[in-house]
Amino acid sequence: MAARDNHGTGAPWDDAFRVVGQPLRKVDGLAKATGQALYADDVQLPGMLHAKILRSPHAHARIVSIDASAALALPGVHAVITGADLPIRYGVIPWTPDENALAVDKVRFVGDEVAAVAAVDEDTANAALDAIEVEYEPLHAFLDPREALATPEPQIHADIRGKPVRGNVSKHVELEFGDVEAALAGADLVLEGEYSFHGSTHAPIEPHCAVAQVSADGLLTLWSSTQITHYVHRALAQVLELAPERIRVIQPCLGGAFGGKSDPFALEFCVALLAQRTGRPVKMLWTREEVFYAHRGRHPMQMQYRCGAKSNGRITGVDARILIDGGSYSSFGLVTTYYSGQLLTGPYDFPSYRFDSTRVFTNKPPCGPKRGHGSVQPRFAFEVQFDEVAERLGIDPIEIRRVNFQGDDTQTVNGQRITSNGFLRCLDLVEEASGWKQRRGQLPYGRGLGVAGSMYISGTNYPVYPNDMPQAGIQLKLDRSGVVTVFTGGNDIGQGSNTVVRSIVAEELGVAYDHVRVVAADTDLCPVDLGAYSSRITFMVGNATIDACRKLRHQIVTALAEAWEVDPRRIRLMEGRAFDVEDPDRTVPTREAFQVAEARFDTLGSTGSYNTPQLGGDYRGGTIGASPAYSFTAHVVEVDVDVETGIVRVPAAWCAHDCGRALNPTLVAGQIEGSTYMGLAEALLEEHGVNRFGLHRGPSLLDYRMPTSLDVGDIHAMIVESVDPEGPYGAKEAGEGPLHGSIPALANAIHDAIGVRLRHLPFTPGTVLRALRDQGGKGEGAAVGSTAAATSKREAR
Amino acid sequence: MLRLPRFALERPRTVAEAVALLADPDREALLVAGGTDLLPNMKHGLFEPDVLVSLEDVDELRAVEVDADGWLSIGAMTTLADVAADERVVARAPALAQAVSLISGPQLRTMGTLGGNVMLDTRCQWYNQTYFWRKSLGFCLKKDGTVCHVVAGGRKCVAAASNDSAPALMSLSALVDVEGPEGRRTLPVDDLWLADGIWNKKLGKGEVLVRVRVPPQAAGHRGAYGKLRDRGSIDFPLLGVAARLDVGDDGAVADADLVAVALAARPVRVRGARERLVGARPGEASFREAVEAVADEAHRRLTPLENVPGDAEYRAAMVPVYVRRTLLAAAEGAGPVHHL
Repeated sequence: MAARDNHGTGAPWDDAFRVVGQPLRKVDGLAKATGQALYADDVQLPGMLHAKILRSPHAHARIVSIDASAALALPGVHAVITGADLPIRYGVIPWTPDENALAVDKVRFVGDEVAAVAAVDEDTANAALDAIEVEYEPLHAFLDPREALATPEPQIHADIRGKPVRGNVSKHVELEFGDVEAALAGADLVLEGEYSFHGSTHAPIEPHCAVAQVSADGLLTLWSSTQITHYVHRALAQVLELAPERIRVIQPCLGGAFGGKSDPFALEFCVALLAQRTGRPVKMLWTREEVFYAHRGRHPMQMQYRCGAKSNGRITGVDARILIDGGSYSSFGLVTTYYSGQLLTGPYDFPSYRFDSTRVFTNKPPCGPKRGHGSVQPRFAFEVQFDEVAERLGIDPIEIRRVNFQGDDTQTVNGQRITSNGFLRCLDLVEEASGWKQRRGQLPYGRGLGVAGSMYISGTNYPVYPNDMPQAGIQLKLDRSGVVTVFTGGNDIGQGSNTVVRSIVAEELGVAYDHVRVVAADTDLCPVDLGAYSSRITFMVGNATIDACRKLRHQIVTALAEAWEVDPRRIRLMEGRAFDVEDPDRTVPTREAFQVAEARFDTLGSTGSYNTPQLGGDYRGGTIGASPAYSFTAHVVEVDVDVETGIVRVPAAWCAHDCGRALNPTLVAGQIEGSTYMGLAEALLEEHGVNRFGLHRGPSLLDYRMPTSLDVGDIHAMIVESVDPEGPYGAKEAGEGPLHGSIPALANAIHDAIGVRLRHLPFTPGTVLRALRDQGGKGEGAAVGSTAAATSKREAR
Repeated sequence: MLRLPRFALERPRTVAEAVALLADPDREALLVAGGTDLLPNMKHGLFEPDVLVSLEDVDELRAVEVDADGWLSIGAMTTLADVAADERVVARAPALAQAVSLISGPQLRTMGTLGGNVMLDTRCQWYNQTYFWRKSLGFCLKKDGTVCHVVAGGRKCVAAASNDSAPALMSLSALVDVEGPEGRRTLPVDDLWLADGIWNKKLGKGEVLVRVRVPPQAAGHRGAYGKLRDRGSIDFPLLGVAARLDVGDDGAVADADLVAVALAARPVRVRGARERLVGARPGEASFREAVEAVADEAHRRLTPLENVPGDAEYRAAMVPVYVRRTLLAAAEGAGPVHHL
């Protein structure tokens, strides 16, 4: 980290912020609300062809032959491509390139891409798909990760990057910090339990879409609904064997991503190659069904946890063993496997910790990063077990979380640096707002409250591909018109990152909010940024923006001070005006200040950058999950369980989130609400998986049950500002952290309500009823603490 | 998005014109009312008509009327939103108003029609899927194939009747008027169904459902509808139960009916419910006991299959719960029974 990366946490001018902290409208809010916003599918070019993909009907099979001659002969069909045309393997993680845009030699799940067609319209393209003859030789399909782990043959992937794969193991990570066995031996209570997390997917409203055009001089332009323009640019160069200079990637307005548009996808390579082959622009828009096959959603995990604690509630050690169902490709799986262990070491102090995580390949749609990548599942397991520790020890569940608080300005057991940490304040807020002290354990049978805590990264210093260049870059252009244009490689995927950038520029240069234009995610126009993942943009791009603004601000102030013959320290740029703080009557609009500066320094512009400091533990994988700052969150969820139907309703949830500083409180609250909604949705209703035949359970928005507005109770978002020393004005992430605790808090609330510990997601009504029935037989309520209270509530009914 | 197959669209202005269009021997024709179910099904390749005969412009199908004898008549093209909100329906056929108010979601209820819901295709998790999905699985006997994925070795389709309006209309002893090449005929809604998931209606191909007619109900008529589903909106029923209780002047049940849907290929009347309920007095222990007995009986008789998505064992467990709750709601003049 260089000096440019750290800007202090205060307002740029004097004491108070003028723009930061205001609930300002999103830059694209009106355009979206009025239908003016342009998405990838809105791109219509003269002569454009439409492309479709032929997909595998088998979960696992060898491709014996492909005959596309009949398809090619159809009128209106311009090109057919297969895996032979795109033989170079790629993967978003450079160490695990195991994907082909179109299958080479074999297919690995029902829906795997086999061939692509470009035709004059979609119906012709679909007809051509039907005319392609593919002969398959089916192979044994692995649908159960345990079977895949135990069975080395047939291999789903034989080798990756020239290295043989061990059986069907995608990645194995085992790390121990301190002596866990000794710590557990020294504990007053050791709990051991098994937990599982089912699969869920992102289900963005906008399906994936890409359009490619090749200019007469051979420049490839790709419009794509991606959340990482830069990686798509790199992957296209690699797979198409094109120089990066020949490629331009543009992300138009995006209709949701949540991690599901982070990988390079088959459609991007296919439209690019089809455009090259046909000399025509080519578009491919996936159907909803295809979005489910593209997946890259939450990994199913089977988790065993052991937690040791002293009688005062202090944790002595945590031991985790995790089996991760990766689906058919690696995607981000290397990182997922690390994240499944590395991101659990806060907000509580773990004196010792061990995790042993194994990701296996199975013949299912590939898993990847979904909001809270890799850490939502372990957080669920741990926070439910931790709640049981509190119960067994007779300690209030919020109190035990306070007792184990790790503090700020500290280091975790796995070597992660913690700077600001507002977790205690988060706990205080949810405790008070939910009426915890008066209501928990006192509600009638069937109703209850549960709590959970969590942490998450604000970006990571692991840049996916190793390099010494900045992780975030910004470019500013301003001129005599008074307009400031910001060029950012950051991807606004609806989270509002362009709005954050605009706010920072308006704050720093004192210009009116709507005089700042943001040009984003166009590789020809914008400096490189690593894109929208790992909750990195506000922190990294925000710091880069301040860096660029301060360079430019220096020129403007210098020029004006010279013109006015005053000390530059007397100049202020605020709210659209420049003035002399000691003689406020001496003032001009910022536009005129820009003109003075442009006359003095010639054409004005600046760049800004950000890189993380050296972070992470000194061991293999120690930088994965190492973040310049961590956000912290506390949830309290209230449930109303119908014990006759097993239906769990959530009348209210409270989420307090430490985002460092809320640069725009409306956007932060929106992220808190959206995250909490998403967590409750996947806990109660959503399930992404395959049936016994290996087919997706129901690839539609009818069968994939996303909650409607009727299914969600009141979500109370509360913002905690711990003011991080390195964040832009102290800001940290807000987009993913507030999902984590919602699920275990729900589980813990169900326990408070009906005395049943649910350890296996999702909490469908049938699951709840079976758990109640099993509990009736075994009398789990024999334990101490709140279970006993719940038992008495049940008897009192 | 999924493409609609190509088809011709006809927009007759009278029922007679519609019947004539359906009778064209050269073109495979299908009626479309609101289109909220047919068009998605066509995108899935489940129906492949040459021509769709839209009833949108047939004004005679839209009226809701009460005649001098107290019969409530609802035109087939009346939207679900209009049926649910119509005070005459709410007053005279509460179970129907409740059932219709829970069909799909608010937007689709402004397009979907009562006639369309009565004539709704049966549903199955192995059938209501895309062409690619069904082909990958191997087609089933309801469409394009010869095997059943619900019942191993099954020769008869068990796709589930999923129309919420059907059990409500049956509990009300409604009649349906249909018009075909031979003219108009009327039949009890009870007689509309076949126990065949492939096509569970007795209407001929060329017949148009014109209206449903609900007879005047007893002075002490009470009705309710209960619907089990995962979400508070949009979803088809995992189980639907319609109840009717006619309470006499003496406070005792004089007549009763109970009909369930989303179990099998046709809506199912719970046998013995009437006998158990008649004579019981709502508000008294005898009624509660009768309701429990009916719930137990329904639990024994009604066995959901793995036809619609979800957990059949759970649906079975919910049969007595929804039967009991719906009967109790009817007795109290409440409902619908829904988890919200």
